[in-house]
Amino acid sequence: MNASRRIMPFPLRSGVAALLSAVALGATSPALAQEDPIKVGILHSLSGTMAISESALKDAVEMLIEQQNEQGGLLGRQLEAVVVDPASNWPLFAERARELLEQHEVDVVFGNWTSVSRKAVLPVFEELNGLLFYPVQYEGEESSENVFYTGAAPNQQAIPAVEYLLNEVGVERFALLGTDYVYPRTTNRILEAFLKEEHGIADEDIMINYTPFGHSDWQNIVAEVRRFGSEGKKTAVVSTINGDANVPFYRELANQGIDAADIPVIAFSVGEQELSGIDTGPLVGHLAAWNYFMSVDTDANYDFIDAWIDYTGDEEAVTNDPMEAHYIGFNMWAEAVRKAGTTDVDAVKEAIIGVTVPNLTGGYAAMMPNHHITKPVLIGEVQDNGQFDIVWQTPSTVAGDAWSDYLPGSRDLIADWRKPMECGNFNVANGRCGGSTAAEEAEAALAE
Amino acid sequence: MADGSRPCPHARTWSTLATPASAQDAERSDDTTAQALLAALDVSSFAAKGEAIEAIVRSDDPRARGWLQALLDGRLQRTDDGRFVVVLDNAGRQWPVEDALTGEALGEMSRRDLDRIGINNALRNQLRSAIAVVDLYAADVGLRRASAERLLGEVDGDLAGPLAEVIEAEPDARVKERLLQALAIYRLEQGEVEAIDDLRGSLHPRVRVALARAASGAVESRAAADDGPVLAEEARRALSGIEQKLKVNRAVETLYFGLSLGSVLVLAAIGLAITFGVMGVINMAHGELIMLGAYTTWAMQQWLPGQPGLALILAIPAGFLVAALAGIAIERGVIQFLKGRPLETLLATFGISLILQQLVRTVISPLNRTVVTPEWMSGSIAINDALSLTLNRMVVLGFALVMFAALILIMRRTRLGLEVRAVTQNRAMARSMGIRATRVDILTFALGSGVAGLAGVALSQLTNVGPNLGQNYIIDSFMVVVFGGVGNLWGTLVAGLSLGVINQVLEPWAGAVMAKIIVLVFIILFIQKRPRGLFPQKGRAAEG
Repeated sequence: MNASRRIMPFPLRSGVAALLSAVALGATSPALAQEDPIKVGILHSLSGTMAISESALKDAVEMLIEQQNEQGGLLGRQLEAVVVDPASNWPLFAERARELLEQHEVDVVFGNWTSVSRKAVLPVFEELNGLLFYPVQYEGEESSENVFYTGAAPNQQAIPAVEYLLNEVGVERFALLGTDYVYPRTTNRILEAFLKEEHGIADEDIMINYTPFGHSDWQNIVAEVRRFGSEGKKTAVVSTINGDANVPFYRELANQGIDAADIPVIAFSVGEQELSGIDTGPLVGHLAAWNYFMSVDTDANYDFIDAWIDYTGDEEAVTNDPMEAHYIGFNMWAEAVRKAGTTDVDAVKEAIIGVTVPNLTGGYAAMMPNHHITKPVLIGEVQDNGQFDIVWQTPSTVAGDAWSDYLPGSRDLIADWRKPMECGNFNVANGRCGGSTAAEEAEAALAE
Repeated sequence: MADGSRPCPHARTWSTLATPASAQDAERSDDTTAQALLAALDVSSFAAKGEAIEAIVRSDDPRARGWLQALLDGRLQRTDDGRFVVVLDNAGRQWPVEDALTGEALGEMSRRDLDRIGINNALRNQLRSAIAVVDLYAADVGLRRASAERLLGEVDGDLAGPLAEVIEAEPDARVKERLLQALAIYRLEQGEVEAIDDLRGSLHPRVRVALARAASGAVESRAAADDGPVLAEEARRALSGIEQKLKVNRAVETLYFGLSLGSVLVLAAIGLAITFGVMGVINMAHGELIMLGAYTTWAMQQWLPGQPGLALILAIPAGFLVAALAGIAIERGVIQFLKGRPLETLLATFGISLILQQLVRTVISPLNRTVVTPEWMSGSIAINDALSLTLNRMVVLGFALVMFAALILIMRRTRLGLEVRAVTQNRAMARSMGIRATRVDILTFALGSGVAGLAGVALSQLTNVGPNLGQNYIIDSFMVVVFGGVGNLWGTLVAGLSLGVINQVLEPWAGAVMAKIIVLVFIILFIQKRPRGLFPQKGRAAEG
């Protein structure tokens, strides 16, 4: 019901933009401006639990489209956003994706946040040969021909973050707290294997705890962490707690007086957006690992923030990591379309590998053959104004690794979508494109 | 905090220094030296910053404490022309600043013109310890207490000497005891068996860590070689005494957690106990009435910016009114037409709950709103070193009990309560006695809804205020009412509190997800055995 209504405002806006740019271009290309617009699908929840995170991403893509149109569109054609609302409902994601590809015949889709929603739309995109740009950090163990992963893989976020704790902070005990679903469970499995195998951390120095979505009573768990951390070894919490459960979690941390200088919490799902719901005074010094922070000191970032504040009309509006991922993804796609000279999915898929565009942190992002991109890894400390202060970053960008090196079953897999390999899970041990067996093996290992 | 950043007041604390190292006549270093001290902080490497902090501490400059505190608070900043300033208030876009060297006010500056000197957790630790050492000589006993607290487990060879003198001169008993313990930990690490006497019975984690290390034989006794086992043995004995006490503390803590969770359940369920329990209306929109109360708190805080405490207190009557009015609208608009048709009531109120949720999403925002916790509800009360009770939860627990008592009074002692009981027990008879049953229905529903609003006000301090707030509590609410016995307020109280305690006892052992499942299974089995809950309604009315 939302779908048709929500599209409405945009054509109005883009119509005006189209008019303006048509005037600007004048007589040089009147025929081109009248061609059908390029349709860009946006598949983000605008209602339900995930609306808190996803609605800002919808606005971000709309802003990028508007900016592109102001520059004269793409291939001389205007862009048009097609917005649908999957309402935080995983099966509905698949339906809406089908609607975008079949009914609206969009040329590209930007969307999804949770891994479970991505898994839901994956078969649709593969069946109908669509293009999906997925902007959120995720657990890896996947590489699809039709999906471009512009968020971080575990080796671009979780692993460097834990290495920072080990080497720079001197942490010896780890409490891995997460929400009970696929991303935290997979990430924690990778981290557990990494800590034990690479750094010889003992079993009793790793505490793992899962809580349901939206968990609000953290008293016991926080008290447990306090005891776990008071046994003489430097302790840190690695948090994959997702969504709004973070607010009561951090509140309880502050109330029980757990100080970042004693037991730092490093979070993989808490960004500026999430912190805007909390008084960060007592949380100063807790950490987050991302590939972008709003506090990054570059001109490109300041321009992006100014544009975002103008677009939303909200002085307090914040930018975050998945927004930067959309910024990169959108520009990569635009560049690939320009390179291919068409929006045809197969041509774009081929053209995009190797495309390099500037990111917002002062460097460049390149699309790798495994459909992941190169990113710098940043560690930030929470400040009392809700922003992060960058305390550490990787010296160069890190290429995303679809298949983790620390899980049995996925260790030998690589993804390469260039010709002639064109395989998302090539097994280097037996030299075959593993098909579903390797993925199943990895999943079976997970399920243990 | 605000005074911590101004150098002047701390010149006073510094002038009371008693150690020879920084005598009464501590001199300000000249401006070039001071500027150089601060300039050394303005480097990107955290290791170099650590050395710069050391240099400031050693400089004995009277302004040092102010600088260190400002650095710790992130208020020590550098202007574009290389001057160092202390930001007095970093709210908004224009910040009032003063010169770090002279203390002279420099008016307001934009954050674009200032470069903050960033620190990380390691430096934060270093700064806190450095400030604690300075504060040991502070005139203010509060500062000395914080300092002594901080120094526990941080004493090294350099500090041990002066510390013994400070302890001699210390007038405050609490500070003295802490400092003795701090020194004892150091002495224990040096292998002094006697130090254990000062540590016996202390529940502080640092003490326990030091004793555990000694007990494991990692510390070499300073006395003759054959005393080594004695030290470990003594430490072990002291440790086992502490462990005993800790067990008791842990039990008390779990009980508190349980009661606190229970009070949340009682709060959420008590309104339902009236509308569902007493009136028999299955109101699936109950959760959204809670949500309305929480949003009222948020609206009050928006209306009274800067006074979160006052706004919270005003939100109590306001939340009640808003939710009660919404309740009346629901009752008049929908429920009265569906009397005696529970299935249809259930579906209709479920629809209302969805409408209310979407309304909030569209009108206010799909994003969660920030509700500020007032100062007097933040933090915790330390009962002893191992047990501290969080204040926000304690206030909510108290609020739940007061609300419960008020409701019981209304039901037992007022005309309304009497009429409600009469109507629920026998509607026809009550009406023939001249009670206007319709009016009683409206008032009862308004009361139940208003109480849900109050729950929302309290919950806004514990959890997220967002469109989904109500959904998270509706199932728990029905669970508590059914378990406690429909129609019985006492049953709701006992059921809520005991479910809370059961949940918290199970949680460390089974995990949060499993604990919930076990509680649910337990209730299902219990209802099989006693379908009317813990405290069933008695008498003929209940049978009908």
